[in-house]
Amino acid sequence: MEALADFVNLYFLPGVAVGCIYALGAVGISLIFAILRFAHFAHGDVMTFGAYVAYSLVASLGWSVYLALPIAIIAAAFLGVAVDRLAYKPFRKSPGIIVVIASFGVMLVVRSLIQLIWGVDVLNYETGIRKPIELFGGFRIAQKHIIIILVSVIIAAGLHWFLSRSRMGKAMRAMSDDADLARISGIDTERVVRWTWLIGGGLAAAAGVFAGINSKLHPSVGWDLLLPLFAAAILGGIGKPYGAIVGGLAIGIAQEVATYPWIADMPLVPPAYKNAVAFFVMVCMLIWRPTGLFRGRVL
Amino acid sequence: MDQQFLGLFMYALSLATMFGIYGVLCLGLNLQWGFAGLFNAGIAGFFAVGAYTTAILTSPESPHYLGGFGWPPILAMPVAMLLSGLIAWPVGRICLGLKGDYLAMATIGISEIIRLVLKNEDWLANGTMGISTVPRPFESLGQPWGNVAFLAFVLVVMLIVYVALERAWISPWGRTMRAIRDNELAAAAIGKDVVRFRLEAFVIGAAVMGLGGALSAMYFKFIGASATEPLLTTFLVWVMLIIGGSGNNRGALLGAGLVWFIWSGTELLTNRLPAEWITRSSYMRALLIGVLLIVVLQRFAKGILPERPPRRIDR
Amino acid sequence: MALLEAKGMVGGYGGMDILNGVDLAVDAHEVVVIIGANGAGKSTAMKALFGLVALRAGQVSLGGKDITNAAPNDLVALGMGFVPQERNVFRTMTVRENLEMGAFLKPAAQTRVMEQVFGLFPVLKEKADQPAGELSGGQRQMVAVGRALMTEPKLLMLDEPTAGLSPLMMEQIFERIVAINKEGIGILLVEQNARQALAVAHRGYVLATGRNRFTGTAEALLGNPEIGQSFLGG
Repeated sequence: MEALADFVNLYFLPGVAVGCIYALGAVGISLIFAILRFAHFAHGDVMTFGAYVAYSLVASLGWSVYLALPIAIIAAAFLGVAVDRLAYKPFRKSPGIIVVIASFGVMLVVRSLIQLIWGVDVLNYETGIRKPIELFGGFRIAQKHIIIILVSVIIAAGLHWFLSRSRMGKAMRAMSDDADLARISGIDTERVVRWTWLIGGGLAAAAGVFAGINSKLHPSVGWDLLLPLFAAAILGGIGKPYGAIVGGLAIGIAQEVATYPWIADMPLVPPAYKNAVAFFVMVCMLIWRPTGLFRGRVL
Repeated sequence: MDQQFLGLFMYALSLATMFGIYGVLCLGLNLQWGFAGLFNAGIAGFFAVGAYTTAILTSPESPHYLGGFGWPPILAMPVAMLLSGLIAWPVGRICLGLKGDYLAMATIGISEIIRLVLKNEDWLANGTMGISTVPRPFESLGQPWGNVAFLAFVLVVMLIVYVALERAWISPWGRTMRAIRDNELAAAAIGKDVVRFRLEAFVIGAAVMGLGGALSAMYFKFIGASATEPLLTTFLVWVMLIIGGSGNNRGALLGAGLVWFIWSGTELLTNRLPAEWITRSSYMRALLIGVLLIVVLQRFAKGILPERPPRRIDR
Repeated sequence: MALLEAKGMVGGYGGMDILNGVDLAVDAHEVVVIIGANGAGKSTAMKALFGLVALRAGQVSLGGKDITNAAPNDLVALGMGFVPQERNVFRTMTVRENLEMGAFLKPAAQTRVMEQVFGLFPVLKEKADQPAGELSGGQRQMVAVGRALMTEPKLLMLDEPTAGLSPLMMEQIFERIVAINKEGIGILLVEQNARQALAVAHRGYVLATGRNRFTGTAEALLGNPEIGQSFLGG
């Protein structure tokens, strides 16, 4: 029983929290791929940007990081729209892979701006350790993990409502299904693109802030997550946001649980190699099922 | 020779040597992207494999890491190329039948894994401490002649790669490669094994990047975990190729020279800034390079020396 | 003055002209059909009207307003509806959602017009919550037509709406097209099934090698022996 509690407390629940962070980031990557048909390599840096905006509010106004979260989301959402307007819009008719190169440029620009504005020191939203909350029968969960998981669930529910009920969300699904037909139907595709960046950027900021809460804040916090995010997007089937949520959770949990001493006393996978788990999953998917776990529906 | 002149001369030598090394990397990327249209986001990984292989093979024996084996540098270079190519092979094998974005994501992955291994496995390459005893050819000649001789060596290697790729460009192999890049379906329809051709370009390109890594390890006489950071390899090399002109080997070399000149020239400028700005100068340079990449891609997508179809060979 | 008027359309794909000077006109109360052999430029002409093929020369006007090379988005807003031949439904979305997408520009009228579409195609109401990709070919065609009707267009253009359908379904679709026309919507059709199409049309254009070959009332075209032999299958 104690072994089980240890497993849940130290590996599984932290894995769920990490999985939520991945899910929030991967959903944006998948949405952008669904609408604009390119893998957005600068997504990690949009996450970092959001995390630093929140830091500024925490450091200068003494806000709680959770209060700063909505502002960070809004700031990164507009960063997404601005980046699209300035960097990606001229490539609407180009092959997607050209836009990927442009996103390399965006990555350099966003990251160096972050380094110029906020410096390169490792930062924390708050210092000191909070006591984990006792659940029942020896199960415990860290406060930050509860909040990360709860807010992620709320965001996912909102996203589901948006995609299945709202007019713009449906137009987004229509455009991912068939962009030409969407245009013929009279859908304002540029407006759909703007909404895609608002949502993708906003979710990225949430992921970035949570990543900063979960460990520490530094200028490559987003870049370091890019590999697991891509793995999550591919696992769920790139272009499918619901798949990306499942993929993100699966990769996050797998990465943490893989460090459990399953055999003997040593971690099965050394903690330094957590990202190798994501890479392993990515490679397996590319070999056996590059379309992702969920066939059929595009979005 | 008076001191100031010697300083300038050494600076010019280092500029030229770095041009040669980046030239090799750029030619490797041009083979993958310019010839075959393959997106490689993990140049840093293949570069690092070549660099570390060279360091381990050529450095004197050490109790801290594998080897060193004290090989002559000239023998280590083909092994560096071979290993980089070997790592590229499975990645290409898995991804080259899929859409280009998958290759891009997988190459990010493999370079991340290479970075993790080199950083964490102390027994292999001394972890974060790196290897600082890499011999450089001709260093026994002393300054500056040893540097001149090494520069000549680098330039000869670059020229060999250049000539080889130019010949490949006009060969039937190069023509098929471009046909596949421009219209995969049509190329497949006339019976070309698309995946095999792409795999060849990807693996050979990665081997050339490994060669660039080997030259770099020798030049700096040191290789450490920072070498796996993507900024100075992956990003800079992409910027060089796009600005110089992808699909044109001369463009690749021109881009390597030009961008390296801007990169290190702006360092001279920013060094004159007030002290509190100097630490930030490298970020301003990265910003400049990023903006340059986006602007060039939007306005002059073909680069300074655009791709030209090879001259007809008259019979 | 005609609702839609095109004069001397020249254009095609990637520098190769498929249209070498095509004139077309549709009146508000008309059903007009474009027929011709494969490769004559029928579909290309229709796509050029809708801004999907760039014109190098010529002029297109809708209700007197110049719309040459206008974007499809704006044309929908001006009252044109287009049903492409293939990939004409959002396969992963339900029938209802497909229709809603048609109403993207006019959300206010959505509920009312959707009831009209359901009245026209009762089977769509039954299948309203099924993904359109799961429907039969004929039902998909109905969804596509319904989607185009959602903006309440003045002119509806259909590219081979009966391609690949059974004779029974073909008849149904033609009958619905006539019903739509009765509501005062001009119809422009591209059709392979020329004889059946001319039977419901007022006028027809016969295209050959990207040019107008014959123009006339449906009766005249049906009665012309030369057309009968070359274009109507004897």
